[in-house]
Amino acid sequence: MITKDNYQQSIKPYQPKPKLVQNCIKAFVVGGLICVVGQGLTILYMELFGFTAKEAGNPTITTLILIAAILTGFGVYDKLGQFAGAGSAVPVTGFANSIASAALEHKSEGLVLGVATNMFKLAGSVIVFGTVAAYIVGLIRFTAQTLLGS
Amino acid sequence: MIMDFVWAFIVGGSICVIGQLLLDIFKLTPAHVMSLFVVSGAVLDGFSLYDRLIEFAGAGATVPITSFGHSLLHGAMAQAEEHGFLGIAIGIFQLTSAGIASAILFGFIVAVIFKPKG
Repeated sequence: MITKDNYQQSIKPYQPKPKLVQNCIKAFVVGGLICVVGQGLTILYMELFGFTAKEAGNPTITTLILIAAILTGFGVYDKLGQFAGAGSAVPVTGFANSIASAALEHKSEGLVLGVATNMFKLAGSVIVFGTVAAYIVGLIRFTAQTLLGS
Repeated sequence: MIMDFVWAFIVGGSICVIGQLLLDIFKLTPAHVMSLFVVSGAVLDGFSLYDRLIEFAGAGATVPITSFGHSLLHGAMAQAEEHGFLGIAIGIFQLTSAGIASAILFGFIVAVIFKPKG
């Protein structure tokens, strides 16, 4: 009798084992380097335009998104993704990559039904869960602040 | 200045390692990991913890997708101070609008210009 559970068990020996330590090192180095680029951009915007660290946040993120979108166009970011796993998916560049690659993938179906409709296929979940979570946390926190009068 | 880069590397890299562990050990998809991280960022910011991480790690905390959740809540709270409960919805995209708008714009332009690979 094959159930879902013992099927999972029986195919286990044939599944490739993820190289855990190796994957984590790759993710650490690539993710860390993307953040170092971000840090460099932040300092650049602070020095060049006199932004505060907080104000430099948006131009930094925007620049990283532009770089990631272009690299996705050349197919470089997706290769990086295969190598780095979460190292390239977790930074905001991964968010930009998921939008650009979904848009590019469906180009053949046209600009409206292909590109625009599928653009948020992967990134949509981030926006949906981010908004719902921020809304709920915001409600709780604002209620607490109002009640406690702080 | 050098230490800013070092901490950005270590903290940013560590957040990515947590993501990699979720992928490899708990077999989550990248979409699940990203969603979980955004929610975590919003929850951490609810306790004002994420700002401390940003002060300490700079881009190591602002570049990972967790900062998206933090920015959503920050914008919401800023408007809530002014307009009460309605402000939460008014302000929620205020700080993240640059990121979302540029991701849509650049994503669209790239899709128009480039040919799909493979």
